Amino acid sequence: MQKDGWRRHQVSIGIGVFAIIIIMLGWIETVQPGGFKFADITGGIVTFDTLVRVGILTIVVVGLNLLMGHAGQISLGQAGFYAIGAYVSAIMTTRAVNRGINVFFPGAVPQDWWWWPWLMILAGMVITGTIAYLIGKPILRLKGHYLAMGTLGVGLIIYILFREGSTFTGAFDGIASVPRLAIGSFEIWPRERYYFLVWAVALTVMWLSLNLVNSRVGRALRAIEGSELAAQTMGVDIEKFKLQVFVLSTVFASIAGSLYAHYQTLVNPAPFGFVGSLDLVIMAALGGLASIWGAPFGVAIIFVIKEVLRTRLHDFLHGAGGEHEIIVFGALLVLIMIFMPKGLSYGVTRAVAWFGEQWLARRGDGEDIESQVGQVA
Amino acid sequence: MQRLSRSRSARIASTVAAMLVLVAIILYLGHAKGFGPVQYVQLILDGIRGGSIYALIALGFVVVFNVTGIINFAQGGFVMSGAMLAVSFNQLALPIDPRMKLALAVIFGVVVTTIVGALVERLSIFPARHSPILTLIIITVGVFIFMQGIALLIWGADPYYLPAFTTLALEDHIIRIGGVMIKAQSIWIWATVAVVLVALAFFFERTLLGKALRACSINRRAAELMGINPSRMSLMAFAMAAALGAIGGIVLAPATRPMYDMGLRLGLKGFVAAIMGGMISSPGAVVGGVLLGVLENVGAGVTKAGFKDIFAFIILILILLFRPKGIIGGGERGVEE
Repeated sequence: MQKDGWRRHQVSIGIGVFAIIIIMLGWIETVQPGGFKFADITGGIVTFDTLVRVGILTIVVVGLNLLMGHAGQISLGQAGFYAIGAYVSAIMTTRAVNRGINVFFPGAVPQDWWWWPWLMILAGMVITGTIAYLIGKPILRLKGHYLAMGTLGVGLIIYILFREGSTFTGAFDGIASVPRLAIGSFEIWPRERYYFLVWAVALTVMWLSLNLVNSRVGRALRAIEGSELAAQTMGVDIEKFKLQVFVLSTVFASIAGSLYAHYQTLVNPAPFGFVGSLDLVIMAALGGLASIWGAPFGVAIIFVIKEVLRTRLHDFLHGAGGEHEIIVFGALLVLIMIFMPKGLSYGVTRAVAWFGEQWLARRGDGEDIESQVGQVA
Repeated sequence: MQRLSRSRSARIASTVAAMLVLVAIILYLGHAKGFGPVQYVQLILDGIRGGSIYALIALGFVVVFNVTGIINFAQGGFVMSGAMLAVSFNQLALPIDPRMKLALAVIFGVVVTTIVGALVERLSIFPARHSPILTLIIITVGVFIFMQGIALLIWGADPYYLPAFTTLALEDHIIRIGGVMIKAQSIWIWATVAVVLVALAFFFERTLLGKALRACSINRRAAELMGINPSRMSLMAFAMAAALGAIGGIVLAPATRPMYDMGLRLGLKGFVAAIMGGMISSPGAVVGGVLLGVLENVGAGVTKAGFKDIFAFIILILILLFRPKGIIGGGERGVEE
């Protein structure tokens, strides 16, 4: 299906526009024109810190989009793979080095070994991918809710192993003082620098995924989502494709986990349990399961809700605080699934298309709108 | 035919071999900890107690799955709601006999949770009844989170307590038989499970409503053509599942410290038990529940208490992969759907 005109460059243009927005926001925070910080735009509710976290989780959610929206394979254990990335980075840049498990240098990481954490991010990707491959091979034979339960079990097993890993994983306390990332003597910190790193990775992941979706692999995945039997009949090697996209999504999760570890400088099991996996699924569902573009918005909306509730909820409910936002999340998940099962981005796209249609109809040239709606969606 | 029977005997042989290896590992680990027969009996008895609760919760999963095809993740929420409501009622300062108050608290917990179950079906499942099953499952997850959030709001994050049914105090009466200790509450739990099973059997075999529910689970379309309203049956199924979960939560409450997040663990275990039983079979769910309780308790006993949950999920994955029709067979809809 050859697209004509600018639509052929839709992906590049979209990524470009997105990148400009990201750079603008980063610029505001870095330069602070007229003492104007990012947090001021939103009245202090959404801070710059939130933007970094949104970037990190966008990477995971894009992977989930590919897996759930495009290949139709649900995963309720994605936080487990996110945890593997985080823990590999954390352990290999702190404990393993200090305990002399590393054969190259006993003692702390030397000053000029700035590339060691980067290498460990790669190692985390390889380890996560290998584990996902070994687990995915049998487990992806399952379908529908059985797959959901299988992945949920896998995620919880990984979580419990980290939680019960005594001194090696730090049990409930986790691992503290994970070093910051650096290139040579250029440390990727303060926060603004890290923001650009995270979003560069997130945009790359999104760009890769958009291209993947529009490729032969993407078409094969959509065929699998429609009907595995039909796809198989048409000669699609469904086992291979499902496994590949599963491994890819876990590798994305692993990168995000490593970035999280170096951002937070502290890794403990709390964010990686069942609720963590669920948050990811909610974010993906909110943005639209099959919409790569929806991913950052799904993540951002959840974060904004979290922040707003954290700062404002006690105004409405006396004594509320802590994890009460889960009430809203639960209700939100139910409402989205009932009224907008294709996600907010799809709903908004339809609404925009509808308004456009009204506008065009008033001008009297409303033809060809259907095809445009199809293209945009 | 020849090949079929040979592969079948090979499968049985490999299963037996795997079990022997498992038992050997358990005995070895137990030996390293200095366990004698008394300890094993104790572990198994405690396991059966936990497993009976799993069985009750699993029955709730089975009822809903049979009638609607949905795996109802809100089941854990019903368990929590039953226990917490009973606790709250029991804390009221009522001028009546404490024994009477506890009985009323139990009834209150079950009845209100049943209503909650019906409401959940009407407000979340019914409006989306034409959606794909996976969407419905995600909806039940949302309902569960919502319930847990509401519970956190009402009861806070503190553990509560429900008095033991026998002593009406925190300390339970303990029966000692040759070194093995049995809490009186365990006997309450076993008795409750037995009564519920008999009542369920009677309901499904002898009453018109029960027969309608069974018809709906055998063939929904045919049942509809026979004048059975599937939407009403779905409502019934959720209400029943809620009642079963609430009963499980309430009888367990004196043996643990109930709190707002108890539903997740129990719900997942109940689900594993239902899967072990093949997801559509009530006796299977009971066998699965008890077996799961024993396995995880013995497993945690010989290794580390923190690993207790891991055994359940390892069993879950093994069952899903190797016996998707459940350990006693007869199940369906796993891999081949």
